Amino acid sequence: MKTPADLKYTKNDEWVRIEGDEAVIGITDYAQDQLSDIVFVEIVAFEGDSLNQGETCAVVESVKAASDIYMPISGEITAINEALADSPELINEDPFGDAWLLRIKMSKSSELEDLLDAEAYKNLERDH
Amino acid sequence: MTEKTIFELSRPGRIGIRYPEPDVPLADLPEKFLRKDLPLVEMSENEVVRHFTKISQLNHAVDTGFYPLGSCTMKYNPKINEETARLPGFSQIHPLQPVETVQGALGLMYETQQWLAEISGFDAVTLQPAAGAQGELTGVFIIRAYHNSRGDSKRIKMLVPDSAHGTNPASSAMSGMTIIEIPSDKNGNIDTERVKAECDDTLAGLMITNPNTLGLFDENIVEACQLVHNSGGLVYGDGANMNALLGIYRPAEVGIDVMHFNLHKTFSTPHGGGGPGSGPVGVTKELAEFLPDPVVAMISEGDEETPAFYDLVTPEKTIGRVKSFHGHFGVVVKAFTYLISLGKNGLLDASTSAVLNANYIQALIKDVYHIPYERLCMHEFVTEAQWDDAPGIRALDISKRLIDFGFHPPTNYFPLIVHEALMIEPTETEAKETLDAFADALLQIADEAKNDPEILHNAPTNAPFGRLDEVKAAKELILKTQLPENYGKELS
Amino acid sequence: MYTSHTKADKEEMLKVIGLEKVEDLFQCLPEQGKFPALNLPDGITEMEALDELQYISSFNETTQELVSFLGAGAYNHFIPAAVDSILRRSEFYTAYTPYQPEISQGTLQAIFEYQSLIAALTGMDVANASHYDGATAVAEAVNMAYHNFRGRKKKIVLSPAVNPQYRGTIHTYMDGMNLEIVGEDLGPGSNPDDLIELIDENTALVLVQYPDFLGRIFDLSALAAAAHEHKALFSVHINPISMGLLKPPSAYGADIVTGEGQPLGIPLSFGGPYLGLFATKDKYVRKMAGRVAGETVDTQGQRGYVLTLSTREQHIRREQATSNICTNQGLIALASTVYLSLLGKNGLQELAKLNYHKAHYAAEKISTVPGFAVNPVQPFFNEFVVQCPVPAGEVNEYLLEHEILGGYDLSQIYPGMTHELLVAVTEMNPRSEIDYLVAVLEEEYHD
Repeated sequence: MKTPADLKYTKNDEWVRIEGDEAVIGITDYAQDQLSDIVFVEIVAFEGDSLNQGETCAVVESVKAASDIYMPISGEITAINEALADSPELINEDPFGDAWLLRIKMSKSSELEDLLDAEAYKNLERDH
Repeated sequence: MTEKTIFELSRPGRIGIRYPEPDVPLADLPEKFLRKDLPLVEMSENEVVRHFTKISQLNHAVDTGFYPLGSCTMKYNPKINEETARLPGFSQIHPLQPVETVQGALGLMYETQQWLAEISGFDAVTLQPAAGAQGELTGVFIIRAYHNSRGDSKRIKMLVPDSAHGTNPASSAMSGMTIIEIPSDKNGNIDTERVKAECDDTLAGLMITNPNTLGLFDENIVEACQLVHNSGGLVYGDGANMNALLGIYRPAEVGIDVMHFNLHKTFSTPHGGGGPGSGPVGVTKELAEFLPDPVVAMISEGDEETPAFYDLVTPEKTIGRVKSFHGHFGVVVKAFTYLISLGKNGLLDASTSAVLNANYIQALIKDVYHIPYERLCMHEFVTEAQWDDAPGIRALDISKRLIDFGFHPPTNYFPLIVHEALMIEPTETEAKETLDAFADALLQIADEAKNDPEILHNAPTNAPFGRLDEVKAAKELILKTQLPENYGKELS
Repeated sequence: MYTSHTKADKEEMLKVIGLEKVEDLFQCLPEQGKFPALNLPDGITEMEALDELQYISSFNETTQELVSFLGAGAYNHFIPAAVDSILRRSEFYTAYTPYQPEISQGTLQAIFEYQSLIAALTGMDVANASHYDGATAVAEAVNMAYHNFRGRKKKIVLSPAVNPQYRGTIHTYMDGMNLEIVGEDLGPGSNPDDLIELIDENTALVLVQYPDFLGRIFDLSALAAAAHEHKALFSVHINPISMGLLKPPSAYGADIVTGEGQPLGIPLSFGGPYLGLFATKDKYVRKMAGRVAGETVDTQGQRGYVLTLSTREQHIRREQATSNICTNQGLIALASTVYLSLLGKNGLQELAKLNYHKAHYAAEKISTVPGFAVNPVQPFFNEFVVQCPVPAGEVNEYLLEHEILGGYDLSQIYPGMTHELLVAVTEMNPRSEIDYLVAVLEEEYHD
């Protein structure tokens, strides 16, 4: 299971890449593995929407489950990955790369402290 | 074994049924409202009948073989029930007929309400809900209405055990409740410490299944109900597992305030490939005034000369109606036929045998299949289908392999709190030889899992179809027959 | 007997379990209340049960014995014998939800064909495997619209000419959702276009019935356009038999079509079980509650079907599911599938026309009775409102004395309509019955 060291993580298995005052958001390798074959991705917000930390920003659906994806940090959406609509399987193939979900302009940098580093994420207790 | 669809069998000009020529003068048709195409099929009666007969033979069903699908109570569906529901006096009456022309139907509904009340210990029963899930919804609406009627509208917190059916939290959410999940303790009972911790003045109630979805009679249920009552909440009982309790225990006695029945599980009405069900709801005296509109009441008792008179009445503080008309009457006729056929002795025998059968299979396989909560079970039990020396074998593989033996698989992956769960419910209507053969198959499969796992991974091999590609179905989403562009364009 | 165990079987089984008697199986139950003495009779034989049920049923007067013009949401239609013949195949009726597709292809293919037929009938992209009935299908349409906008739009524009029982069901279902439901107080005399001014940006759904509860047919184009202009969904409830003749709601731009499927080969059966039709556009498929079957292949490449999109449903999503719905109306959906296959394109048109012509004949003849009138302006299908010279309830009582179920007394739901009777005519009413009705009315209400 990959857990790139340069990213930040949440307990809910989202990842965040900080790029200046912007951030890119996706779901982790562990999350895609748990969900198995992804068949549908719905981004439930639009470019220009401002969402708070913890609000639902996407739903990722596999044959086994449909999972809500939450905003790891607050911000205004600046880009949405349109490619996922036609190729949801990208999340299985390249969760940290091509399968990013959203790009946002961060509005509360203090929230970065709530995120986990790669080591802490790897050490999370899992049920199985 | 693929059978063509009706659209592929259709040929222009074929006719399945004809109607008499109009015996009245023809009126002008409203031109601007007429449709231009109607892409339906064209088939003869024989083609239709043969098609549906052929595809019916691709089904496993109770009448073709053992169906130990946990939580679903796939008992035998008596044939007499099918006859009585089709009597013209029941099947050919309109729901809005004047009540004096449907006294038989209302009387039958009233009697069914009385039977269900007596069996469960509740004071009043509605037959309106269409299925178990709608019964739950009705029950949760009643709980909400009860609190609101007391000016206690801040009670929006519903406790739901982690072992509950998914419909429980979904029904609560549909009525605007906040769901708090309560874990099970190490014996498979509800964790009363956690219930206690949630008991405050925002508690609407607790939804509990008893016997629970592990097939166990919850030993903490009386205490849990008391805790909830003491803090002003009400207890909803999911009656899906009532088949364990007929003549054995009345749910109202442990402190449940409102509960649904599944006529298609406990009372032998057919499951119909997924419906129609019927989900009557029983309540205590305090909740009777909230029942859905309408319920059947006896207005005057009969005597030697005059029969009793029944009417549809609106409960005083009703939550309103949850569907059209008076419920799944046709299903109620079947359940009533079953109730009077069995009587109190037959009901007791049904539940006793159901519990005996489940415990018998559990005893036959428990040395090989791990039982996470090893106690006497009720009408069903749950086992964990995994072994350290059979890596890669999952509950799904065992289920598919059972198909090769001619059995319908148990419910798998439920309840969610047991890994690789197989939930086995034999019901009372199975003979000992069937139970023996099923246990033998399970034991043989366990052996194959360790020594020849490929057999399991490739199963089923002697069913009409192999495993189907669910990922492809979900990705491509072909949800109807793909028709050629001009199909059905020309109208006569 | 439905159980098989002999005394010897039971003893042997108890021995395997390690118990002495069956009562020991229940040792973990609280002693108090265990084995209650139920105040119920003992069982009876099949012969006696059939006798008893026949006796009870004799207290009902059937639509076969009476002359019926009663509709208002449930209609007396002819059911071809082949429908019940297929329903009685126990491979269908004693199976359950097709959780194991390898041994459930009969049920799954029937659902897939049902979905195909309902989509074709309504002109929509996709249909689900059905809801409980028309009322709950309509309630699920409201629920879907609410979820489609994630609860941000809080207003529902509801036509007063939607079946009152459906409107009641919507109110019950939506009570906890803080929705504003407007339009019903416009009264039954209003037109769909009167709803337009109620639509605003906060509107999630505009919901009408077509033909409406009073039987009338309206052009819905303007209303649909107004709904879409405010980004609301537009939902139309149909009578499926009328679809043999009328433009489908898709022609007006409907986003959701619901229907009461009872006319499609389902007996009246005192109100149920019936069938809730539900269809929508592709883009809303993931918001649609209920089961759906989809086409796929098996390991050998054979075409087959599975339940799909199930991750949206309650057993996985639990409290986050759109709806708590679990079952569909499996066997009833099958009945309608067989019925529609038998009628097909030609039969359904023929039937729809037959209903139309008979209803118009009846309307015209009833209008000739002194004091009785039918609004001649608005087109209708097989049901229409009759203005009576006296309260409609009195007319019904009088007709019942002559073995006629007159129609639905509209004062029960619209307090202003004291003298109005809703009359339905189908292929089951030969001309002689219509003429008899008219003769009986003339006898009482002549000048």
